Amino acid sequence: MTSPNLRKSPARFTIPTLTYRVWKVWHRNFDVFTKTLAVNFVPSLLEPILYLLAFGFGLGGFIPSIQGISYIKFIAPALVAISIMNGSFFECTFGSFVRMYFQKTFDAIVATPVSVEEVVGGELLWGATRATINSTIVLAVVAAFGLISSPLFLLMIPIAFFGGLMFSSMAMCFTAVAPNIDFFNFPSFLFLTPMFFLSGTFFPLTSLPRAAQGIALAILPLTQVVNVTRGVVTGHVEPILGLSPQWLLIYSLVWMIGVTIFFFVLSINLMKKRLTG
Amino acid sequence: MGYQEVLIEAQGLTKKFDDLIAVDKIDFKVYKGECVGFLGPNGAGKTTTVRMMYCFLPPTTGELRVAGLSVNKQCREIKALVGVAPQEDNLDPDFTVIKNLTVYARYFDITKEEALKRANEQLKFFQLEEKSEVPIGALSTGMKRRVIFARALLNQPQILLLDEPTTGLDPQARHLAWDEVRNLKKKQVTIILTTHYMDEAYVLCDRVLIIDKGKIIEEGNPAELVKKHAGEDVLEVDYDEKVLPILKEAFPGASFERLGDRLQIFTDKPHGVFEGFLKEHPMQNVTIRTANLEDVFLKLTGRGLREE
Repeated sequence: MTSPNLRKSPARFTIPTLTYRVWKVWHRNFDVFTKTLAVNFVPSLLEPILYLLAFGFGLGGFIPSIQGISYIKFIAPALVAISIMNGSFFECTFGSFVRMYFQKTFDAIVATPVSVEEVVGGELLWGATRATINSTIVLAVVAAFGLISSPLFLLMIPIAFFGGLMFSSMAMCFTAVAPNIDFFNFPSFLFLTPMFFLSGTFFPLTSLPRAAQGIALAILPLTQVVNVTRGVVTGHVEPILGLSPQWLLIYSLVWMIGVTIFFFVLSINLMKKRLTG
Repeated sequence: MGYQEVLIEAQGLTKKFDDLIAVDKIDFKVYKGECVGFLGPNGAGKTTTVRMMYCFLPPTTGELRVAGLSVNKQCREIKALVGVAPQEDNLDPDFTVIKNLTVYARYFDITKEEALKRANEQLKFFQLEEKSEVPIGALSTGMKRRVIFARALLNQPQILLLDEPTTGLDPQARHLAWDEVRNLKKKQVTIILTTHYMDEAYVLCDRVLIIDKGKIIEEGNPAELVKKHAGEDVLEVDYDEKVLPILKEAFPGASFERLGDRLQIFTDKPHGVFEGFLKEHPMQNVTIRTANLEDVFLKLTGRGLREE
C-alpha cells in the first residue's frame, strides 16, 4: 500500500471538474419547477406589469422624455435586467440554502455518482435558467406594451442565461458562508437594493456625480447587465464617462465574462469546502 | 470463515474535525458477503467511519479502500457500487415517494423505464405500494425509513451501508428490514450496519466491531464475544449489602456488576448453576437469563451516558 494520504481539509482550491451529471441536478430542480408552475409564473408576470403601470404610466406622465425616449421605454430594458438579477440571486441563496440545509437534498445526491462540484454546478445552471425564464416573461410583457425597438431582442435569451449565471455564482458564494437563512438579509439589502436603484435602471447613470458613475460602472454587476439589455432591447445606449455606446457594450460584456468565470469557480470551491469540511 | 476477498480495508484511518478526533487510526477489513456491525455509544465515530466509506467525508489521514478503490481518488466509481441509507431523513420533500426513487435512480444513469421498474419492486417489498403517489411530508417516520432503505437498493449495490436503519421503526417494519438484510446477504451483498439495537446486531451480523472514542476496542463474532465477555448465564437480584458476600462466596469466579438498585452476576459456568444456589437461598425479584450482546457492550463501553 502507498504512503499515508496527507490530504488536508479544507480541500485546496481547484478548477472544478464537471460532467454531464450537472444536468441531472438541474433536471431535479426543473421537475420541481414544472410541478409548481402556477406559483412560479404568476408573480413573475404580475411584477413587471405593476412596474410599467406605476413608473411608466404613473410617474412617466410627469417626465416628458429621457435621453430622447419616453420614460416607460427607458425603464423597460432595466426591468428585464432586474428580473435576471432577482431570479437567479434568490434561487441560489434562499432556494439553494433550503435544499442544502433544511432538506439535505445535496447530501442525498452526493451519495450517488454525482460529485459535490456537480451539485453546485447544477444549482448554478438552474439559477441561470430561472433568470432566463423570469426575464423572458418580463420581455414578453415589455413586448406586449410595444416597447421593443431593436431587432436584436431575441439575443436577450442567451444574455439572460449568462447574466443569470453571473448572479447565481455570486449568490452561491453567500450561500457557502451563510450560517442561517436570515443571513441573506445582508446581500438582499446591502447588495441587491443599491444595485436596483443605482445601476442606471430608473434614471440615467450620468445623472449621478462622476465618482458615483465610475463606481457603478466599475463594480456593480447590474450596471453591466442593464447596459447590454438596453443595447439589445431598445438599441438605445448613451455614453457614460466618455465611453461610446459600442465601447460601453464591449466593456460590460467582457466584465461579465471575467466576473462570471471568477465567481463560478470560487463559489464551487467555497461550497465544496462547506460541504466536505 | 469462508470469506476470502477483502472488500473494504482501512489502515490507520483517521478523521479530525477541528480539534476533535472522531476516528482515531483505526484498522479493519470487511470481506465480500459479510454483514459487519459497527457498534458504539453516541459520538463513538461509527457514522463518521461509514461516511468516509462513501466519500461523503474525506479522511484526514490513513488509507481507506472500498472494492479496491481509493476513497481519495475514485469516489465516482465507489459511489456507483455502494448503496447508502443514511441516519437522517434526506428524502426530497418536493416529490412524492415514487418520484423520490426515480429521480434518485437518474443520478446513477439508470434509464427511466428501468428506474420505474426497480422503484415499484422496492415499494412492493417494503409494503409501500399504496403510498407511491403520496408526498414525503405525509409519511410517518417509519415509512420514511423504509423509503430510504428502498432508495439505497435502486442501484443494486454490491456494498450496502446502513446507518441505523431501524431507528424509529415498529417491530413489524423492523422485521421486514431484517428480512431484506438476510435476502441481500444471500445475494452476496456486503453489508455495513450501525445500530444501537444489540439484538439486531446479534441476529444480523457475522461480525461486530465495537467502537468507543474513535477506536475499535473489540471485534468478533457476536456469539463468541458474548461467551468471552459475559459468559453463559446472568443472575439478576435486588442489590443488598447483606446478600453480596454470600453471592461472592458462592460464585468465586463470577463477575459482579451493579446497575442502579440491581445486581448482575455473570458466570461462564454451565446452565443450572444459579438454580441450585437459589434452592438453598430463596430470594425475591430474581431473574436468570442468558448473557447477551448488550451485556458485552455495556461492559466494554461503560454505563455512563454519552452526549451527542
